[in-house]
Amino acid sequence: MTAAPSFQELILVLQRFWAGEGCAVLQPYDMQVGAGTFHPATTLRSLGPEPWRAAYVQPSRRPADGRYGENPNRLQHYYQFQVLLKPSPPDILDLYFASLAEIGINAREHDLRLVEDDWESPTIGAWGLGWEVWCDGMEVSQFTYFQQVGGYDCNPVSGEITYGLERLAMYVQGVENVYDLDFNGAGLSYGDVFHQAEREFSAYNFEHADTDALFRHFTDAERECAALVEAGLALPAYDQCILASHAFNMLDARGVVSVTERAAYIGRVRALARAAAGAWLRARGHLDAPA
Amino acid sequence: MSELLVELLSEEIPARMQDPARCDFENLVLDGLKDADLAHGASRGFATPRRIALVVKDLPERQPDRIEMRKGPRVGAPDRAVEGFLKAVGLTSLDDCERRQQGKAEFWFSRHSVPGRPVREVLAHVVADAVGRLSWPKSMRWGDASMRYVRPLRGVLALFGGEALPGGVAIGGAEGQLNFSNCTRGHRFMAPGAFPVTGFADYETKLRAAYVLIDVEERMQRIRESAPEGVRLSGRLLAENAGLTEWPVSGVGDFDPAFLDLPPEVLVTSMKSHQRYFPVEDETGGLAPRFLFVANIEAFDGNAAVRAGNERVLRARLADARFFWDQDRTRRLEDLLPGLDKVVFHAKLGSVGGKVERLEQLAAWLTPFVPGAVVGLCRQAARLAKADLVTGMVGEFPELQGVMGRYYALGEGLDAEVAEALAAHYRPQGPRDDAPDAPVSIVAALADKFDTLAGFFSIDERPTGSRDPFALRRAALGIVRIVLENGLRLPLRQAIAAAQGGYGTEEGADSLLAFFEDRLKAHLRERGTRHDLVSAVFALGNEDDLTRLMARVAFLERFVDEEDGANLLAACRRAGSILAIEEKKDSTSYGADADPVAFVVEAERALHDALMQASAAASRAVEAEDFAAATQALAALRAPVDRFFDEVTVNAEDAPLRINRLRLLAGIRAATSGVADFSRIEG
Repeated sequence: MTAAPSFQELILVLQRFWAGEGCAVLQPYDMQVGAGTFHPATTLRSLGPEPWRAAYVQPSRRPADGRYGENPNRLQHYYQFQVLLKPSPPDILDLYFASLAEIGINAREHDLRLVEDDWESPTIGAWGLGWEVWCDGMEVSQFTYFQQVGGYDCNPVSGEITYGLERLAMYVQGVENVYDLDFNGAGLSYGDVFHQAEREFSAYNFEHADTDALFRHFTDAERECAALVEAGLALPAYDQCILASHAFNMLDARGVVSVTERAAYIGRVRALARAAAGAWLRARGHLDAPA
Repeated sequence: MSELLVELLSEEIPARMQDPARCDFENLVLDGLKDADLAHGASRGFATPRRIALVVKDLPERQPDRIEMRKGPRVGAPDRAVEGFLKAVGLTSLDDCERRQQGKAEFWFSRHSVPGRPVREVLAHVVADAVGRLSWPKSMRWGDASMRYVRPLRGVLALFGGEALPGGVAIGGAEGQLNFSNCTRGHRFMAPGAFPVTGFADYETKLRAAYVLIDVEERMQRIRESAPEGVRLSGRLLAENAGLTEWPVSGVGDFDPAFLDLPPEVLVTSMKSHQRYFPVEDETGGLAPRFLFVANIEAFDGNAAVRAGNERVLRARLADARFFWDQDRTRRLEDLLPGLDKVVFHAKLGSVGGKVERLEQLAAWLTPFVPGAVVGLCRQAARLAKADLVTGMVGEFPELQGVMGRYYALGEGLDAEVAEALAAHYRPQGPRDDAPDAPVSIVAALADKFDTLAGFFSIDERPTGSRDPFALRRAALGIVRIVLENGLRLPLRQAIAAAQGGYGTEEGADSLLAFFEDRLKAHLRERGTRHDLVSAVFALGNEDDLTRLMARVAFLERFVDEEDGANLLAACRRAGSILAIEEKKDSTSYGADADPVAFVVEAERALHDALMQASAAASRAVEAEDFAAATQALAALRAPVDRFFDEVTVNAEDAPLRINRLRLLAGIRAATSGVADFSRIEG
């Protein structure tokens, strides 16, 4: 491999590639989410009959994965590149492998493998079947055919591709520490951009976050979500579900959610996701109002 | 005679599902052929990550003509019914029908000869039907199709006599149907184009040229042959690798020998469970700093980049493992205990922290029953048994639970018996795993299993059929084996009560004891012991010391094989059945002692005396756990019992006499009951 792409070049290449396949290239959702799947362009758009193609980068927050910038592989904030194709086209795998070739991973030079991995998100009441994609033994993407989201059957079925951008970049750049990644091809490293944030947010997530306030945020979001569903405002209602989910993740990282409460909190977020998904389907005329 | 070839080409099928699907599909098609009266020759199924295939030899060109019988009205039915039937089947007179007995009545049947259809039409139906009925552990929909399959189905090759079958497989959606074709595709990356085939031989040859080996055995063989000396080729991992590749290409990678000071279990797990690599041994049988990986490609560079990539991935994994190993050892196991409060044991049963508190109490209770166990060490082992669950290493590799606890305990300088128990308390993990035999390990293993069983039975979570999600059968069988193999004298009832005490409940004690009985029977059945003898001892109701119970069973086993024993058994059964009938008839129990004053013949007195003697001797012997003496005492009953039945009519005319004799029979039942409930023993 000559002149491996920089981190940002990788993103630009993927965006260009999927734009060429008819995807709307969206920008990250402006809220704290645990994964690219939470973006309404995936969760809500995967419901209902309308065709939809989108691709976007989504910063993902996993407060419990913070390591104060000291672990070369783990981050509490990282990037996913997310693609959703609805309905999933027959050549979706070929498209995906072509996208890898664009960023320098050629299927004739590397060992690309689809290894069983069923995906489930209890917080948004979603599941699907698919694979982890391995490149020479390393997981570089997650590939899922959505079967259910928010507790509703997906019909038609969307194909979701999630690229782990840091992993992929480390692979194509031959770097063993995420902070050593070449960010822009002009001397800036990933560490220059994010190391301080990892240190500070790890301290915030584990030590300083105000748990009383977070518990309040959770219940506030829950109440507001219900009111917005009542008012038929699906997208604002879904935002509240995202807020509640993030508050829960923070509380979990702070270690203040007991074992028994944990399942209950996840169930409460799922109820919000389901309510928002129902509101979305009703707003678009695919579901009758509840009797 | 022609050949049927079918291939279902899909996106990648999980490795573990390929072989069951191959068998299922073959059976479905063969069943379909049988239902269609189609004889056939040999058949063979195949599976690869993308294909389920089947070839069936020597099918006829036409389906044979068939005679079909249609059932009409009963013989002698009213004319109107007969006319209706004739009209429905297109006949004019009953002369063309025959009479057949069915059940208690005779019916009219009409005969119809049905000409056979062309086989290709029948096959199209059989194949489409089999594809639709193929069952998967989990299936899915894709795109706008309505069909369910394990992953998207992309093509169906179906050839009969070299030509594609008519029709196809309905998948719904805009595509509607996947037409049967005579084409397939090769390896996803090395030969992705479609090509036609003319039959099985052509199919196999062309696929091989297109980098696909359809036979899983051949793929495994290739991996085996390419493995250098010292590779540990375990069967499951081999099959999994053969299920992840259509064209397996092995390679050997190296890792930094500095990693070899990690525990070997950590290295092996890093290689096998996450990466599906095979570990390699050095000349001394230890681990070499190498591994075998199986790729699904022959790259232009001779797989140099693939090897470098795999080495990098393993390096990162081992660096992670080293990080956890160093990190974990900075903290004592004792200091990790608060973290267990956040690990769920079961939603309704609280946290592992709570479990550990119960285990410590239970271990203290169990210690006196295990010779050589020191209570302080047992308590410590129980308290630390689960501490490694919150270490970084076990978080990463859950299968190393126990193993890591042992290493960390040894590193801390804890007592070796305690360290051993941290690993051994999970054992035995299956029928081939050894039960622990060191005292502290035994106590910790028993405590863990009793606590689990008492907890799940208290919330009514019991195994049903093949479902046993919490491995409760394994836990109970583990206790049975630990007790028996170590000759422990442990009263089960009390142990159950002690375990339930930890939960503050008494729910489910009886069903748990019955559960142990079942496990014991299952365990003994595998070893060839008669389960009715086990029942006969269990039925006494007060025998919950498994070791003593086994001693009783062993003597019983010998006793019923001897002539005296077999005879006494027959007599007891006879006495028992007479009693059962008469007690039922009279709605009473004849359990009271017989009155010696009321005896009228010598045989009564002789039996009575023998019973008094045998009963006393047998009780004494059982008390002393001398079951040889107990059975010997019972054997002395044989002659007087035989004489009694020969000379005495139990159901005498005289009512008081009859009652007294029935009471004598009850005496036989009572005398033997100290050893076993003879009525449970099968003749």
